[in-house]
Amino acid sequence: MELFVFVVAAAMVLVGAVGVILRSHPVHAALSLVLTLFGVAVLFVAQQANFLAAVQVIVYAGAIVVLFLFVIMLLGVDKADDLQIEPFKIQRPAAVAVGAGLLSMIALAIMVSRDARAPKVTPSEAVQAALDGTHDSNVRAIARDVFSDHVLAFELTSVLLVIAVVATVMLARKPRKGEST
Amino acid sequence: MTACIGAVTPTTTWYLLLAAMLFSLGVVGVMVRRNPLILFMCIELMLNAVNLTFIALARRLGDIGGQSTVFFVMVVAAAEVVVGLGIIVAILRRKPGATTDDIAELKG
Repeated sequence: MELFVFVVAAAMVLVGAVGVILRSHPVHAALSLVLTLFGVAVLFVAQQANFLAAVQVIVYAGAIVVLFLFVIMLLGVDKADDLQIEPFKIQRPAAVAVGAGLLSMIALAIMVSRDARAPKVTPSEAVQAALDGTHDSNVRAIARDVFSDHVLAFELTSVLLVIAVVATVMLARKPRKGEST
Repeated sequence: MTACIGAVTPTTTWYLLLAAMLFSLGVVGVMVRRNPLILFMCIELMLNAVNLTFIALARRLGDIGGQSTVFFVMVVAAAEVVVGLGIIVAILRRKPGATTDDIAELKG
């Protein structure tokens, strides 16, 4: 069963990713991105990260992809790109070669370190329960971690979000008459 | 044979290899495509690959910190998309249909 879920989700992820790269139409690429994000959310559930799977669907598929689609529609760039244009002759083969090389190196590193002994972390009972998914305490464990150990980082993310919103408003508004951008 | 297949459960290594594939696809996409919006989507692919790695290793190592990290990565990714799309909108408003080659003079 677990294998079945993994295979289906992995197929969703990879097909979606290939679709993002190969689809010439930006809307189709965005919809392929949704497929990938859902596949990743399924894998999150399979790894007992229930809360993050929900966040993944809400934030990524719900907000970010919708934002992409808004921009595509607003700017009227919803026409297919010409995939035949290739500025440099060897760009595509070089890109594929670099990608394959990167993949083989990461895969080599993973296979080499596969049997490495995991460092001795003795998780507390609540954390272990959350990671094993035995109790419905995934949210509780994350909340305890975020609001105790990483509370400063959490506060800083709120600052980051405010800065991002202000910056985007400044970027996107049209300059008034007699005002330089 | 079916019993054999049923006995196989995906280990952490499988998840890490899948994440590596997803990351490499994102890298190839960034290098191949010329539409700035698609480049952004490929960056999202890479971020998701890293998130998947974090989740798989959080389970393996019994450390909830991996999941908290993914939470923060998602927040930063959302902020990054907002600012990045704002910049793309500003660029495309001046030069409709601009590709990455047309905005190469941004450097310097």
